[in-house]
Amino acid sequence: MIQSAPVPDERGKFGPYGGQFVPETLMPALDELIRVYDEVRQDEAFMAEFNHLLKSYVGRPSPLTHAKRLSASLGGAQIYFKREDLNHTGAHKINNALGQALLAQRMGKTRIVAETGAGQHGVGTATACALLGLECIVYMGSVDIARQQPNVYRMKLLGAEVRAVESGSKTLKDAINEAIRDWVTNVETTHYLLGSVLGPHPYPMMVRDFQSVIGHEARQQMLDEVGRLPDTIIACVGGGSNAMGIFHAFRNDDGVDLIGVEAGGEGISGGKHAARFADMNIARVGVLHGTKSYVMQTADGQIRETHSISAGLDYPSVGPEHALLRDEERAFYTYATDEEALAAFQTLCKTEGIIPALESSHAVAEALKQAPKMRPDQIILVNMSGRGDKDLNTVMSALDL
Amino acid sequence: MTQTGTDRITAAFAQAQQTQTAALMPYFTLGYPDAATSLDIIEAIAPYSDLLELGVPFSDPLADGPTVQHSTQVSLEKGTTTAGCLEMVRELRRRGVQTPVMLMGYVNPILAYGEENYVRDAVAAGVDGFIVPDLPPEEATEFEAKVADAGLSLIPFLAPTSNSRRIELVTAKARGFIYLVSVTGVTGARTQVQTDLAGFVNRVRAETAVPLAVGFGISNPTQAAEVGQIADGVIVGSALINAVNAAEDKVAAAVQFVKSLRQGMVNGEW
Repeated sequence: MIQSAPVPDERGKFGPYGGQFVPETLMPALDELIRVYDEVRQDEAFMAEFNHLLKSYVGRPSPLTHAKRLSASLGGAQIYFKREDLNHTGAHKINNALGQALLAQRMGKTRIVAETGAGQHGVGTATACALLGLECIVYMGSVDIARQQPNVYRMKLLGAEVRAVESGSKTLKDAINEAIRDWVTNVETTHYLLGSVLGPHPYPMMVRDFQSVIGHEARQQMLDEVGRLPDTIIACVGGGSNAMGIFHAFRNDDGVDLIGVEAGGEGISGGKHAARFADMNIARVGVLHGTKSYVMQTADGQIRETHSISAGLDYPSVGPEHALLRDEERAFYTYATDEEALAAFQTLCKTEGIIPALESSHAVAEALKQAPKMRPDQIILVNMSGRGDKDLNTVMSALDL
Repeated sequence: MTQTGTDRITAAFAQAQQTQTAALMPYFTLGYPDAATSLDIIEAIAPYSDLLELGVPFSDPLADGPTVQHSTQVSLEKGTTTAGCLEMVRELRRRGVQTPVMLMGYVNPILAYGEENYVRDAVAAGVDGFIVPDLPPEEATEFEAKVADAGLSLIPFLAPTSNSRRIELVTAKARGFIYLVSVTGVTGARTQVQTDLAGFVNRVRAETAVPLAVGFGISNPTQAAEVGQIADGVIVGSALINAVNAAEDKVAAAVQFVKSLRQGMVNGEW
């Protein structure tokens, strides 16, 4: 059974963040979603089915890997990876996709819409829909379609319809706009399978809960296999679902530092990044896609275009619970630039034989900075949120290979 | 005593009712296709309008269909700002436009401007009410209080999906009028108005005496007349923008289109 933290409150507020800033047409659908989600998370049969799929279909639990050569080369803390990259479909996104697809089935909705940036959530959703026999439409910005071709092919093979979004910056934020417009139009038959800890209540809570399996497993694995909890946990943060997924189980472990890594893009000073917590000149509290959080915007409140080499982190806002964790100083947020992420990507390939997603490479980059500052008996746990096969074209052209 | 914005909205509906037709409320995007043209269009259609809904552009208008999206994107590219929109309303008042003005805009630019400053400056500019599509009553409490203090209306929405609980929630606090969304969906001209619109309007009417205006998808005089028979107000946006887009003389085209809507509603020919 999923245990929810004290946040959010019944109105979906994480302190001053979160909420339900959506058109009236969607409010009854959100009410229904809250009601049904509340039902299923206390329903042993539902949870048993979800957990069975996680085990028999996703391949959970995902292993914990001690990166011995990498740790030795840095001469500091021992680095462990939580291997979400080894899940079926190659990323953590499948956990939430399966949970929500089962929920949609329970609500009698036969049509699923989703947004995707890097394509990992789109692939996860297309996979869950194929498995459960649901119609699947995935909205994807045309810029992302160009840079994540392999995932576009995978979604099509899985029977999903991929709709290119040409509005705005043609990336994740615009894909979410279109998915919401579709949902408003077809709300009677359609469930919006949102892929991150974003959007109106109950999504930030529900997605966190479906992803919290990552942290629950990792915590137990650390105790069983290493004999103690890690000192530091590092995860990349776009919307922030893999980070919430691993942070959540450790929130009451005071000795465990939580570090979220945003996309520093080409560096903070030029504004070409997606580091919402790092650049107070252009990121302020605002409302985007139904939730209140930090939003990269102009002085006039128009949403700014972001930049990251990794499509999955290229988003102008961040999950509301991250904003609260930051205010409470329970988690700390930093960033890695495109260059640092690429360097970490290469290092990991060569020293550990793991090709990480460019998103996860941001977390690895931070581990490379932190480990040498720590003692060899200390432990860093990095959430390896996805594998990098989808990024080969981007990396090849960035490295001139 | 001077009239408040809410008084002026209420009076506009009452007056329309006296002439035995629903109130006509065209929507137009401020700053589209540029600031000067939008002002000329709005000034020119005002005499044929009972109320005006004027759009403040936002980069991510998730309740709007392609026509309004395009107009707001162009307006932003032309440099329109929230402050600029308020200045445009002020200019319309200077030109003698007395029609009640509803300012439509999404919540993020309002937060960026500052809710209190936004209401204060809007009152000073001559705005009578606000329409904020991504601010349902659950999230509106603070803003609504500021709007009410200023004597203006925050116009709530109801949709065909709204159940009796939500109808009660919205009607309990509604001032000015209630915006009824005719279809589940985003804004945009449609060939047919929802068939059980009358049932939806009557469900809401049973709970409130506040005027009910219907919008989304009304695209021609026949539909305007049809909706005008059922509701107290008719809101037409995308079809007006389409009419403007198609014409060389944009001001004349806007006037002709709005006049045709009014003609249709007065004659009740449908």
